Amino acid sequence: MQPELYASPDEDLRITDLHAFYGESHILHGIDISLCRGELVTLLGRNGAGRTTTLRAIMGLVSRRTGSIMVKGQETIAMPTHRIAHLGIGYCPEERGIYSSLSVEENLLLPPKVASGGLTVEQLYEMFPNLAERRNSRGTQLSGGEQQMLAMARILRTGADLLLLDEITEGLAPVIVERLGEVLTRLKGMGYTIVLVEQNFHFAAPLADRHYVVEHGHVVETVLKEELKAKTDLLNSYLSV
Amino acid sequence: MDIFSISPQVLLGQLLLGLINGSLYAVLSLGLAIIFGLLNIVNFTHGAQYMLGAVLAWAGLNYLGMNYWLALIFAPLMVGAIGIIIERTMLRRLANVDHLYGLLLTFGLALIIEGLLVRMLGVTGQPYAGPPELKGGMNLGFMFLPYYRAWVVVASLAACLGAWLLIERTKIGAYLRASTENPNLLKAFGINVPLLVTLAYGFGAALAGFAGVLAAPLFQVSPLMGSNLIIVVFAVVVIGGMGSILGSIVTGLSMGLIEGLTKVVYPEASSTVVFVVMAIVLLVRPAGLFGKAA
Repeated sequence: MQPELYASPDEDLRITDLHAFYGESHILHGIDISLCRGELVTLLGRNGAGRTTTLRAIMGLVSRRTGSIMVKGQETIAMPTHRIAHLGIGYCPEERGIYSSLSVEENLLLPPKVASGGLTVEQLYEMFPNLAERRNSRGTQLSGGEQQMLAMARILRTGADLLLLDEITEGLAPVIVERLGEVLTRLKGMGYTIVLVEQNFHFAAPLADRHYVVEHGHVVETVLKEELKAKTDLLNSYLSV
Repeated sequence: MDIFSISPQVLLGQLLLGLINGSLYAVLSLGLAIIFGLLNIVNFTHGAQYMLGAVLAWAGLNYLGMNYWLALIFAPLMVGAIGIIIERTMLRRLANVDHLYGLLLTFGLALIIEGLLVRMLGVTGQPYAGPPELKGGMNLGFMFLPYYRAWVVVASLAACLGAWLLIERTKIGAYLRASTENPNLLKAFGINVPLLVTLAYGFGAALAGFAGVLAAPLFQVSPLMGSNLIIVVFAVVVIGGMGSILGSIVTGLSMGLIEGLTKVVYPEASSTVVFVVMAIVLLVRPAGLFGKAA
């Protein structure tokens, strides 16, 4: 079964007062974010603001976290990482995480199914034709763009319908960024819920329902799609280096 | 010393003996490589686990009347189960500290296990009769090959091939390889990595126990048999490259052969040659022959 467009505004993710630590460093100081099914939101902000850590904290990949993270109505703050994934989350890390000791196809088939309704390998090869041609190559022999597509394809097969995507356009050629934009539009149309950590505001702006601006481990501004024009200057002041 | 005056009989005979030792090295270093890959720990208990396999086979025969073939199944399972307990109760707690602590713990455990068995059994070796089915041998022309020794080579290579296929060609093998590379992401995909680590340690220990049972009829079964062998096996692992599966198999076999060859040309050096090779490899290729440079 394909994920359908959800009519009901069920909450897929609600993060309340999330604090996260790496060792002794306190990185997140009370993040609040919520997403309904089928929504796409971005976390905008400068490097080191805490956007990547927010995604890692959702997955339980930080040393310590407090507060509340409800995934599809279930509290996950005390859950081990591997169980969180089985609530239907697909995580695509910033460094892409393609395994060099695995072939492209092994990488693609690596994550276990976490829910029904994932895309089939054929559908994924249709969506990312480059991967089909290179299915027997070692994962890290792919170009940066191909690795990114593999990292995306890998989590779409599992049936996860809540996607956490970290800097998927980073360092990629404009033509590939455009291709990824098309893929995201298509996924949104299929009803996926997506959290996008993005540096490239022009990539993110037309896709997102809502933008959260993160600074120093807080959400300092929430900008709705409708408010984008009016708040452009404000966003620029937050994002400019 | 003239290499060309060596009779091919002697040469082939020693190479065959080297192959037998080499196949034991291969099984042992393979287990070490798997454990190192997942736990990042050099398992100093490996020699004791090998010895435990042999002692369990010996005790099974003498106290329970368990024959060799049953021992070949049950002793590795026992050693693997003990390994799982060690991982769950002790090594697990050291997962987040420097891996040197794991090394020290396994070293201490090896001393304790060996010490306990020395107290119970003494240091004198006990003979262990091999299976009656493999009594006798065949004349190869250049040497008399006992069937049991041929079996050791076949069984070891089969174990290595099986483990290699498991790691390179199956889903659980893909998880193992991925976990060696980036365990956190694998967790984020929903894999219970701590369980995988436990199983890998148990599997590595069981391989050591398996080698121990194979070795029991070849050597005297004694509580110290592991510590004699394991030093060579560590050298093999260093030469092959820490954590490289294929490297440990190929290097294990070739080091056995090189030892055999050295016994022919310069017997005095046969027990040191592996360490000489290790020193050279460390100088030329510190990551080992099959290892990836860090």
